[in-house]
Amino acid sequence: MINQIVFLYFAAVIVLSAVLTITRRNPVHSVLFMLLLFFHIAGVFVLLNAEFLAAVQLIVYAGAILILYLFVVMLLNVDRESKSDRANRFWPWIVAFGLVIFAEIGLLVARGSFPLEGGQIMNKTGIKELGIDLYTKYLVPFEIASVILLVGLVGAVMLAKKKND
Amino acid sequence: MIPLSWYVLLSAALFTIGVVGVLTRRNVFIILMSIELMLNAANINLVAFSHYLQNLTGQIFVIFVITVAAAEAAVALALIILLARNRGTVYVDEFNIMKG
Amino acid sequence: MLTSVQEILKQLVPIYPEFVLIAFALSVLVVDMFLNGRYTHLLGWYSLIGIVIAASMTIILGGVQGAFFSGTVLLDPFSQFFKLVFYLACGLGILIAMKYLDIEDIHRGEYYALMLFATAGMMLMASAGDLITIYLGLELMALSIYVLAGFMRKDSRSNEAGIKYLLLGAFSSGIMLYGMSLLYGLAGTTNLDGILAFLRTADLKNPVLFLSMVMLMVSFGFKVAAVPFHMWVPDVYEGAPTSVTAFMSAGPKVAGFAVLLRVFTHTLDPLHADISLLLSGLAVLTMAVGNVMALSQTNIKRMLAYSSIAHAGYALVGVAAGGQEGAASVMLYVLIYAVMNMGAFGVVIMLRKAGMRGEEISDFAGLGKTNKTAAFLMLIFLFSLTGIPPMAGFVGKFYIFKSAVQAGMIWLAIVGVLFSAISAYFYLRVIMLMYMYDPKEEFGLVQSPALALALAISVTAVIVIGVYPTPVLEFARASVAGLL
Repeated sequence: MINQIVFLYFAAVIVLSAVLTITRRNPVHSVLFMLLLFFHIAGVFVLLNAEFLAAVQLIVYAGAILILYLFVVMLLNVDRESKSDRANRFWPWIVAFGLVIFAEIGLLVARGSFPLEGGQIMNKTGIKELGIDLYTKYLVPFEIASVILLVGLVGAVMLAKKKND
Repeated sequence: MIPLSWYVLLSAALFTIGVVGVLTRRNVFIILMSIELMLNAANINLVAFSHYLQNLTGQIFVIFVITVAAAEAAVALALIILLARNRGTVYVDEFNIMKG
Repeated sequence: MLTSVQEILKQLVPIYPEFVLIAFALSVLVVDMFLNGRYTHLLGWYSLIGIVIAASMTIILGGVQGAFFSGTVLLDPFSQFFKLVFYLACGLGILIAMKYLDIEDIHRGEYYALMLFATAGMMLMASAGDLITIYLGLELMALSIYVLAGFMRKDSRSNEAGIKYLLLGAFSSGIMLYGMSLLYGLAGTTNLDGILAFLRTADLKNPVLFLSMVMLMVSFGFKVAAVPFHMWVPDVYEGAPTSVTAFMSAGPKVAGFAVLLRVFTHTLDPLHADISLLLSGLAVLTMAVGNVMALSQTNIKRMLAYSSIAHAGYALVGVAAGGQEGAASVMLYVLIYAVMNMGAFGVVIMLRKAGMRGEEISDFAGLGKTNKTAAFLMLIFLFSLTGIPPMAGFVGKFYIFKSAVQAGMIWLAIVGVLFSAISAYFYLRVIMLMYMYDPKEEFGLVQSPALALALAISVTAVIVIGVYPTPVLEFARASVAGLL
């Protein structure tokens, strides 16, 4: 019971702050609502016994990615040019389209079934198992991820550095 | 006990909000953040399924998604800085040297 | 538990080719730092050596088959075929880039490193046995190409191409991930064979399954630039550096088809009826919009962008037809498409000199009089793109439409033939300009040994496959046999 109430609180804040994120005029406000959102998603992860991911969510998403966004938004001073329209002219149609998609996904999920729904639920945290799997079963994906980070690093430095060539 | 479908519905809502944000907003920062919302929706799904299936693959997938999101954000922001330097705008429909 | 180095190296054998490419890419990055912008074309040749080594390793490893690294990496003739196409695309891409980068005054070794990284990503996509590997291979490829598209830092058109490609790619990745997460929730595994095993016993009427299938289709539609997911593709192709556009139109698209074939004709095969219906609709739309929009273009890169959309439509016909014959025809087609398209871009690059962009179709006027060889090469590539025998493009289209007829989709084949008749108009218009008109001004073409080599390779491939397609077709058929 208490779990359900906590979940509903998280879900309500997540949806609300997501809507606020995409509707704010000032990107700085959007980033701050996004921060709120990430904290509550981390909460959902804790409810699902994924404490490690909750920590990763906070450290990487909130701590690194969002700060990067905030930094660039402030660097470019874009929070000031907020006079022009925030959405393109099709927005009412797209919002309606979005509602249709949501209704459709909701309906399909409600009518469909997931085989293991209501099965026994894992109660152990599993950080150790996670680590073992990551370094044995998913070794190749793990190595690709490291190359991806390298490409991100090389690309970002190469593109953004100021050098006359 | 929280039913699995609650999580799926939450992630569907988040996913839809992300899609609407990408398609409606003009500011490239907000479009990127909307894409992050979509990724987070998928993450909620993956962690929830991983929990209900008693199978860690979903959690491992999430770790990779977060890694890729970080690399992608870095490249995206570098490109935005370049574009703002050369063109002075962060609104996608003003990128119109080329017709959409 | 101490494992010796030899043992580790032995375990890594299945991914040696990828390993070699990444090692070469890393060394390019390091060496470039010391060269400090001089002799960067040497790095291009050096990267080509890496590609040749990796290609010979792939051929040597041809006998090794099976699932490795807990099923995350698959080695089979199917992935081998695609890897060879990727080596070809990357090699040609590097060859046509060397001189172009000099002209654009870009002296950066990172270019070649990113090409190698992108190729490694495509190879991982082709041999992925797990949704996670597909996702990561795709992101490695995509991220490298976002940077390549925005490579000309001073040119805001290139920046714009980069950011547009990134937004499009990240958006479609988001959709793909959501589809994958639903599939994982249903099947309880991300392993492709595991998913197939699940689908064989599952209730195929489950709406969630349908939803995840549609989402995967939408996202791969973005990746191969199918209509209606093509919005920014012409902008990206026009704005990116031409050598990157050439690579982009071949490599990632072929990689997208590799995954499309593996996922839709192998893993999701139990859903074949639904998939076939949706894909044939997508194919018709793609052929229609690609060919019709190409008619009114004045910029050659935009025209080739729409033409590449149309070609994705033809290949989708083969995927929709499905079965061994359909899959084999798609593989043959993407190989031919990659070669002829990169050849055409190679000729376009020859027109780019200091002080002249050479991107307008009207710039081709009179080329047949001033430079007979270049015009003749362009003629061959354009004939091949149109699908006129004896060029390879004809063979590709022939087998695609034949597989559609065999699968009982005669109407789809007829629609395809009609649209390729329309396409003749805009391809032949360029040829007419080259031969029937007088040159506007005197212009010399850019020539370099690397570019000549690239054009020689592609023109030979186009003619040889066009005249004698049997060995390649047999190779494609044999590769597909293991898949289904």
